[in-house]
Amino acid sequence: MSQFSLSRRSFLAAAGAVSLGTALAACGGDGGGSTSAQAVGQSDVDKAMATPTELTFWTWVPDIDQEVALFRKKYPAIKVNVVNAGQGTPQYTKLRTALQAGTGAPDLVQIEYQYIPTFTITDSLLDLQPYGASALKSRFVDWTWGQVTGAGGEIWAMPQDTGPMGLLYRQDIFDQHGIAVPKTWDEFADAAHKLHAADPNVYLTNMAANQAAAWHGLLWQAGAKPYVSSGKSDIAISVSDNIGKKLAAYWGGLAKDGVIGTEPDFTDAWYGALNNGKYATWITAAWGPVFLSGSAKATAGKWRAAPLPQWDSGSQHSGNWGGSTTAVIKTSKNPIAAATFAQFLNTDPETTKLFATKQFLFPSSKALLTDPSFAGDKPDFYGGQPVNQVFAGIGDTIDPSFQWPPFLDQVVTDWTETVGKSLADKTDSVAALDQWQSRITAFAKNQGFTVGGR
Amino acid sequence: MSVVSAGPRRAGLLFVTPFMVLFLLLFLTPLGYAAYLSLFQHKLIGGTTFVGLDNYAKAVTDPQFLRGVLRVATFFVIQVPLMLVLALLFALALDSGLMRLARVVRLGIFVPYAVPSVVAALMWGYLYGPDYGPFAQLGRLLHVPVPRFLSETWMLGSLSNVVSWEFVGYNMIILYAALRSVSPELYEAAAVDGAGAWRIAWSIKLPALRPALVLTLLFSVIGSFQLFNEPKLLQPLAPDVIDSGFTANLYAYSLAFTGQQVNYAATVSFLLGLVIVAVSYGFLFASNRRRAV
Repeated sequence: MSQFSLSRRSFLAAAGAVSLGTALAACGGDGGGSTSAQAVGQSDVDKAMATPTELTFWTWVPDIDQEVALFRKKYPAIKVNVVNAGQGTPQYTKLRTALQAGTGAPDLVQIEYQYIPTFTITDSLLDLQPYGASALKSRFVDWTWGQVTGAGGEIWAMPQDTGPMGLLYRQDIFDQHGIAVPKTWDEFADAAHKLHAADPNVYLTNMAANQAAAWHGLLWQAGAKPYVSSGKSDIAISVSDNIGKKLAAYWGGLAKDGVIGTEPDFTDAWYGALNNGKYATWITAAWGPVFLSGSAKATAGKWRAAPLPQWDSGSQHSGNWGGSTTAVIKTSKNPIAAATFAQFLNTDPETTKLFATKQFLFPSSKALLTDPSFAGDKPDFYGGQPVNQVFAGIGDTIDPSFQWPPFLDQVVTDWTETVGKSLADKTDSVAALDQWQSRITAFAKNQGFTVGGR
Repeated sequence: MSVVSAGPRRAGLLFVTPFMVLFLLLFLTPLGYAAYLSLFQHKLIGGTTFVGLDNYAKAVTDPQFLRGVLRVATFFVIQVPLMLVLALLFALALDSGLMRLARVVRLGIFVPYAVPSVVAALMWGYLYGPDYGPFAQLGRLLHVPVPRFLSETWMLGSLSNVVSWEFVGYNMIILYAALRSVSPELYEAAAVDGAGAWRIAWSIKLPALRPALVLTLLFSVIGSFQLFNEPKLLQPLAPDVIDSGFTANLYAYSLAFTGQQVNYAATVSFLLGLVIVAVSYGFLFASNRRRAV
């Protein structure tokens, strides 16, 4: 897979890119929060953490042994076996197989936000409330907490890293054609026409026809609530409501006018395009800056970062694309040790800082986002602009109530085959949106859900 | 050997036992399990229920499945004759003994088969690239329009090309080996009777190749109808052309791993298997009958 063979930073970024970004569907809340399990006492925790124990942790974060070593320094009795079972989808497939087989599942897993509901629907994750997770809420960026908690207040995972969306743009191309950084999507559309008219070889951006994750991030920004679960078996699907239609008309229009690209991203051709100045912007997420500096070396110093253009110039909104969490599998024989590990890994000042500086994960930790050593970083690739600070600010403008469907893979495939295809083929994207809606609805009904919405 | 004592018979059974055990464990059991799975339906809400043949009833009218089967059938009709004719020509040329550097050529044609199909598909994906692919670049340089290999119009042709590139050498080796086993006396006799090289090829070599050709054809039926690797690997480059049901096998894969519909995927796989058996049998039957005439 050539597109994944770059640097290890890009590894992570591609993870976010290939699958979607996520959240926490409010499923499983039918009984109300009535049975919030008994909190585990400190003496039990102390005892468990002093008992020799082995934990298995599936993750694709490279070199995570460094962070694990910090945990072992504090809890020498707990041994953690790190296993790379694949990145994203391949790992989930193995995990589902192990869960169905009833054997071979790990104690802990890395799960992207958007995939949490696909594992809570099968009742596979451990609620971390009884293990003291509730007290950690204030440590994390607000929207991430919305993503990892369930309708009944369950805490399904600990946020690890994030991908608030923003705009990376070529300052040199903007200067050359007298284009100001677009503050609204209207300005963005005008700039797209202007730029392509001035230089037919250049497009303002590429709206990848295979990137449902970016589309969901943009839906999120626009204030959409495409999937709303209530109870385990009820879901309202409204991907083609007025907000969805606004988005489809906008991007479908630009694609039809031929002023933006629609080629698939993370391919050789796409990397080439970023290096050669075919695209003047990349609509991406907080992991984008490091990723780009590794894969478009030819353009060093020419890029800058800005928040996404807005639908309404009076307010600032964004969405999330990418990032992961650490979750404990319900079948774990050592829930206390596993839950403690998940919490330590994502809240300890040293481990979180290592994640941000060694693996270049964009933090979920509030403290780190305001830490001058992180926020003040001024990479040359961006002409000395403190890009981390730009994206840290964007994190505060993300709606915490966005939810994901419990059958995300199907939704993503269906998007590519309807809306994505319409962008690539320059056909009616609004009509394609209706197809997307009806395909997801049919699938959900077929899976036994009661479907409302739209 | 009309009389076989009990001893050797038992020994014979003993000899086939390892095979039978593996055959049972690794072939019949999974097959049986898939058949069993195909009779159920699993829902995220509601769990697993027995549905009898409902999945089959659904599959035979499922437009996506039928489209996938139709596409691989089209692929078979276009690609296989081309590939086998090429393989045949190469085999005959090599066997004629008139070619220079025959060994090098033979190896050169065969090498693509040794390249894993994953690597082959990735390589061709790069070569087909619309912006930075070598063909496109060359075309731009010479101001010659180059087809968009990864577009809807060209995709089946582009895939045919990849598969042919991979398997021409393989089929050539089978045909070439069959030619080598023809007794040279036949050629001498023909030469004495005044036959030229073309006449010998037509009247002696081709009839001698018939069983080998039937064999390569059978392999091709199976390979074509199970087309998976190449479209799966080109999918990221052309997501708008290669959808999740592009080929029947890809459809079964998507059902199992995207939609979590393992039971229906088993049904689709089973039906695809039946199609392959039917087509293969059809060819065998036709070729046997012609030989009998």
